[in-house]
Amino acid sequence: MSRKPYIREMSKTNWFFSQPRYTRYMAREVTCIFILAYTILLIFALKNLADGPEAYAGFLEALNSPLGILFNLAALVGAVYHSTSWFNVTPQAMPIQRGEEFVPGNIIVGAHYGGWALISLIVLFLGV
Amino acid sequence: MSERQIQLEVLRYNPETDSEPRFQTYSVPCLNEWVVLDALNYVKDNLDPTVSYRWSCHMAVCGSCGMMVNGEPKLACKAFIHEYGDQIRVEPLANFPIERDLVTVVDDFIGKLASVKPYLIPKEDKPVSAGEYKQSPVELKTFKQYTLCINCMLCYAACPQYGLVPEFIGPAAISLAHRYNQDSRDGGREQRQEVIASHDGVWECSFVGACSEVCPKHVDPASALQQVKVASTIDWYKEHLMPWMKK
Repeated sequence: MSRKPYIREMSKTNWFFSQPRYTRYMAREVTCIFILAYTILLIFALKNLADGPEAYAGFLEALNSPLGILFNLAALVGAVYHSTSWFNVTPQAMPIQRGEEFVPGNIIVGAHYGGWALISLIVLFLGV
Repeated sequence: MSERQIQLEVLRYNPETDSEPRFQTYSVPCLNEWVVLDALNYVKDNLDPTVSYRWSCHMAVCGSCGMMVNGEPKLACKAFIHEYGDQIRVEPLANFPIERDLVTVVDDFIGKLASVKPYLIPKEDKPVSAGEYKQSPVELKTFKQYTLCINCMLCYAACPQYGLVPEFIGPAAISLAHRYNQDSRDGGREQRQEVIASHDGVWECSFVGACSEVCPKHVDPASALQQVKVASTIDWYKEHLMPWMKK
């Protein structure tokens, strides 16, 4: 008897639509673009700040435009999704063993949310 | 005991006559307590003895009957009929070549499994007279979940990285390497790192996490792989920033 294994090719371009869990994964990966875009915006803000008060005022005005607000909202949603989806898998990446038990995952995830809230409060405090 | 008529769609492929696989549907009178494997056995015994598939224990221990049930990697012996509608589609495990019908070619996985040396490599040989290698419950707990792997390959069928990059050593093999690396009696980590910390090793993993979601034994391969990444990264920093730390 001859062997003739049949190979099913996987689509290289749209495999991530074939399963909801793949789509969720891809959403987590793709939303990093918003983090990158906002980082570039912050660098741009620094440049404007260095260029003097007028340049910075112009930059702030541009941020207040509908397009600027829309970008900020999109970046916020993208960054929140990206961050929370990573927070939720931290117990897998960094399990903590205490004696014969592992620290429950929700404590590790909760610590990340807590840290996030704390840093946000500090930034808010520095900002006002 | 209620009975239900199920339309069981089976992907058929005969390497001697077929150029590509095709679905064949069987009408199977199923008891609600049955699993998909029972339905396949009914087909084999009563309707079509030519259907080929692997199975052995019928109790989720041997890891032989992995297949795609309605597109999801499952053990056919653990996929209960009552969890499905009246139409059930079974296909060979994704990401593996089809040998015949539901039987896949698993040589690739077996080779990778062997390459990670999934067995104890004692730190130092000692004579039997020196007694046993002792291990505390705490040390056992560190890796115990990974000992539950039954090599069923559902995690490979779920892993899109393995589908896209067949060279990837993959979830189960790396998890088993991690299992022995974590074992307090073992001294073989350096040998295994050559395979699992390589490009085709853990760095092909992008933490999709599908492997852990489909594991029928509730092993968490994704966790093992992330831990291997962390440990390998620490190795790299030690080697490059603190070369004097190297033995």
